[in-house]
This record gives sequence, C-alpha cells and structure tokens, in this order.
Amino acid sequence: MSAATAGAIDLDRETLLSMYERMVQIRTFEDQAGTNFAAGLIPGFVHLYAGEEAVAVGICSQLSDNDYITSTHRGHGHCIAKGVDISGRVAELMGKSTGVCKGKGGSMHIADVEKGMLGANGIVGGGIPLACGAALTAKTLNTGGVAVCFFGDGASNQGTFHEGLNLAAIWNLPVIFVCENNGYAEATPVRYHCSASDIANRAGSYEIPGVVVDGLDVFAVYEAAREAIARARRGDGPTLLEAKTYRFYGHFQGDQVTYRTADELDSYKKRDAIVSLRNALIERDIASEEELSAIDSRVSAALDQSWVDAKAAPFPEPEETLTDVYVSY
Amino acid sequence: MVVEAATRTMTYQQAINEALRIAMREDPTVILMGEDIAGGAMVDHLINDDAWGGPMGVTKGLVQEFGRNRVLDTPITEAGFIGAAVGAATTGLRPVAELMFVDFFGCCMDQIYDQGAKFRYMFGGKARCPVTIRTQIGAGLSAAGQHSGCHYSVFTHMPGIKCVVPSTPADAKGLLLSAIRDDDLVMFFENKVLYGSKGEVPEGDEGIPLGKADIKRAGDDVTIVAISRMVNQALIAAETLAAEGIEAEVIDPRTLSPLDDETILQSVAKTHRLVVVDEDNPRCSAATDIAALVADRGFDTLDAPIKLVTAPHTPVPFSPPLEAFYVPSPERIADVVREIM
Repeated sequence: MSAATAGAIDLDRETLLSMYERMVQIRTFEDQAGTNFAAGLIPGFVHLYAGEEAVAVGICSQLSDNDYITSTHRGHGHCIAKGVDISGRVAELMGKSTGVCKGKGGSMHIADVEKGMLGANGIVGGGIPLACGAALTAKTLNTGGVAVCFFGDGASNQGTFHEGLNLAAIWNLPVIFVCENNGYAEATPVRYHCSASDIANRAGSYEIPGVVVDGLDVFAVYEAAREAIARARRGDGPTLLEAKTYRFYGHFQGDQVTYRTADELDSYKKRDAIVSLRNALIERDIASEEELSAIDSRVSAALDQSWVDAKAAPFPEPEETLTDVYVSY
Repeated sequence: MVVEAATRTMTYQQAINEALRIAMREDPTVILMGEDIAGGAMVDHLINDDAWGGPMGVTKGLVQEFGRNRVLDTPITEAGFIGAAVGAATTGLRPVAELMFVDFFGCCMDQIYDQGAKFRYMFGGKARCPVTIRTQIGAGLSAAGQHSGCHYSVFTHMPGIKCVVPSTPADAKGLLLSAIRDDDLVMFFENKVLYGSKGEVPEGDEGIPLGKADIKRAGDDVTIVAISRMVNQALIAAETLAAEGIEAEVIDPRTLSPLDDETILQSVAKTHRLVVVDEDNPRCSAATDIAALVADRGFDTLDAPIKLVTAPHTPVPFSPPLEAFYVPSPERIADVVREIM
C-alpha cells in the first residue's frame, strides 16, 4: 500500500486541510530552525522533527486541550501539533523573554500545560511515567481526557518504558504510548539497540494492544490512533503504537550523520509524508494545487514574521534567573 | 489572642496518619500512592481493608475510609509511580507518594529532580507540581546500608524541592499538612526510629509553616542546631551540660529547604557558639550548609570555631555496635560542646 491511501480519507475537508497546514507548519518551522541554528541565532542543542510530521499531526489532530501529551527532546512537532503558540515557540528557541517559557526552557523544555502539552523532555524516556500520571488525573477526576506519550525507539530500552507500560496496564489508564521509531537512537541503529524486531511486540509483555503503523502515512497513523484513543476514552486502557518513521536531519543540528547512507535518506524522502498527503488531496479533488500552495505560502510568511518578531524581542533581564523556582519559598 | 488547640498524646506515626486523614478529607484531589501503603490489593477479603497499611503501618486504616482509588497500592516500580505522582500533580491532583526508604531514590531521582522539581522553572512559571513525597530515613534499626540513610542533604541541594525533617509528633502532623497543601514539590523525611515516639499533638487541622525553625530548648551559652532525630540526642546532651552549668539552645530547623536562617543567626548572635548535629553524611551536607551560613553571615558573633557532629563519611553499617558508633550520640555532642566552651 502506498503512503496516504489508507482510511481516514472520510475526514471532512476542513480537518484534512488543517492537518496539512499543521504538517507544513512543522516542516517549515524545522527547516527554518535548522537554517537559523546554523546562522547562530539559536543557542544550545536543537533536535529537528522534520520527516516525522505525520505522527504528531495524525494523533494530535484528534486531541483537545483537555487531553495531555508528553514529548521528547525532538519535541517541536508535538508542540505545534498540540496547538502551542508558534511565535512564542520561535522566541523560546532564541531564549527571548517573549518565549512561551520566558526563555527559561529552550528547545528541549518547551511546554504549555494549559494546552495540555506537558513538555518536551531532555531525558530519554522521562515523559513516560509523567503521561501515566496525567492519565491517572484524567481517570481519577473523570475528565474524559487521555494522555498521549511520545517517545523514541531509544526510550523503549529505558526502565521507565517498562515501568510505565506495566503501571498503565494494571491501572487501566487512558494513555496511548506512541513510539516514534525513526531507526536510530542518536547514532545507533535500532537493529543494534533493541532486542525486538518490532518495538510494538513489547506490548505483549504487558498484555496490552501493540500496533505497528507506517509513520510516513498520516492516514494510517490517524486510523491507528483513532482506535487507540477511543479505547482509552472507553476506559479499556492503554495501547502501544509504534510508528515507523524517519528523521530527515541528524540527531542534533551539527550531527554529520555518518551512520546512515545518502541512499537511505533519499528512499525516505521519496516517501515524504507531506508530499504524499498533498498528492492525495489533489488526486481526490479535496484541494487544488493552488489552494495548497497558498497554505504553504501563508505558513512561510507567518513563520518569517515570527522570526522577525523574535529577533526584535528583548532577552530576559538577568534577575529573571531567580524567579519561578517555587510557587512560594 | 492566640487560642492554644487542645492536645492529645500521640505517636509520631499516628500524627502522620492523622495529617493524611485530615488532608484527604479536606481535599478530594489528595491521593496516596506507594508500595503496600494498603497492601493486599485484589485479595478478596481485603477489598476495603489493608493488609499492612504501609510497611510500618503509618497509613493503616486510610483505605477503609477513602477506598482503593485514593489509597493506591503501586507495584515496586519507583520511577513509574513517583513519576506518575509528578505527572498527576502537574495535571490537577495533589498526590502524596511514599518512597518506602529514601535510599531508594536512585530508582526514581530523574522523576523527582529532573522532572517535577524543574517544571515550574523550565516552563517559565507556568506549571505547578504540588506533590509530597514521604520517605523514611535514619539509622538505628540495623536496617544496614540500603535502608538506613538520611540523604536529605542531597535533596536540599536541589532547587525546586522543599525538604521537611520533623522531629516530634506535633511537628510531623503540622508540617505534613502544610507540605500537602503546598503547591511545590516537597520531600517529607520521616525518621523511622521516631515512629513510636510520643508527644502532645494539637487537635484540628492547623498546619505549621514551612521555613520556620523551632527553638526546642532555650539557652544562652551555645547554639546546637540539630536535625530530625538528632534533636532528641541534642536535648539529652543539653540536660547533661546543664548539670555542668552550660545552657544550650537547641534549634530544630524543621525544614532544610527553605531554611530559617534568621532564627539560627539570632541564636548564635546570643550564644556566640555553634554546634550542628546531623545524622547525614558529612560532605556537602545540611550541616556544612548551616556552618557556612553562620561563617558567612554570623562570623563576627562567634567566639569559638563552628563544630559539626555528624555521621562519618561511610554507608550505614549493619552490626549494632558499628551502627551505634555511626549515629551521633548525646555523649559525642556534649564532648564537642565542652571543647568549645
């Protein structure tokens, strides 16, 4: 089955175009972040999500602010998909006072609890128990919400993965564990670091559903997540969803990516999820090439403006270092 | 006019249990999580009853009143359930998690200090993490190297964490109520040797503010700052010294983070001498921190070197004579005071 031909095409036009726009936002955000990191505008470490857009958007497009997500060091895509303000995110990358975290978090710690975004996370596997906790809140307070826990293939070897899956299973928590298997934990291939041919197989140890999905097909992701989310909302407990995906950039910006071949990268770029979605929307007469190009242009222009605004924004005052440690002390 | 609440004699353990019950009654978002805090989950004849009520019985009887959805037995999965408590706290619950022994912090430290303690800061002030983590500390029961440490100094070192070290039943109750009501991450260190100790405990639901030291004994000749169970050791030493004409002021900081600097500095300004008694290991510790505070801000008031009476820089030994050597004794405290008089 080629990409973008699975179900979920029954979605209405508005939803489909919104998903397309989100995916383009993520790609454009990441491409610009890469360029601006190289230009010295972004301090610290940056891990880009480009290539994996179908996963974040296929899932988060089915969530509301009442639902929580936990994210990873590669968290820009999850933030955008969950609706965190993009201009505030650009400013945060630059460490400006107008950033969503006032410049105190940066790329790896962007969060917006009001939006249900519990943080990118600099610790591999660090978000997994947190998502169980968010799901425990939803269950205890009967909010109807679910928690979606994004993590990479590398995190599936951390103790927190196994502890979190077991806890969610025995407590029947409304959580969807989403393993974004992009083939590499930093510079180490999954075939080396993981004993399982499919990470989803590890669900079997906890007797919860384990589903493998093509992470480059937004419709396939959407369909699989729809079932997992419905299951969680019904009170039937957690699911482990493994999305086989690929990152177009290295582990971090500056990574020379010597551990994978140009041919391999090209083979995945030929299956680019955004191109596939774009083609599907045109083929099915859901949108014209011109309409989609207008979305592309609008997204680029808005992001360009965000960078202009962020460059002009002030850095935080030094005294800001001392605030926000405690609610009271 | 301050109306003193009526009191009853209770054990430290009963006082903690009472605080938990009060907090759970007043706030439905307070839940308890921990290993065998009820015990016997899914055992037919224990549906609304506990097998243990915690390994020391501290949480006994709570599952009967609040049920198993609020008194959550966890698997032995410290990273999992401490992390879940942190995640739940960030999303609207007010969990009280029990880390059975503080020595187990290695199993879950990332979730405490890298996640919960840093959220508010990293997220620009837009998160709260009102979780209380109760944990046992202290040598004295021959529980040996992995069940006897204090380690509150480790947590005191870390921004974003508050550290509470009650030494009496009344303090345990009042401070635990404040810890649970607090909107930050609080580590609540219960000294296992004190669980059976008795004292007068006020009725009612009044909390004791975090960051307020208590002068457990007034005196003019030397200030002894003592932490947790060491307050009792210091009070015994103070009686010995009083018979020799030395009146010690014994200060219980009650919380190490925040630390009530002023009460300590004011006392040293009066007595001109400081001894810090701490059962934790001596390097980079609460004791060295308090000594540094006085050296920095109270140096001119001192008439003698600051002295520390602490555990040695070793793990806690098993054999009773070795363990007795490890824990600061009233005799050692009195000897050190005599050295600087």
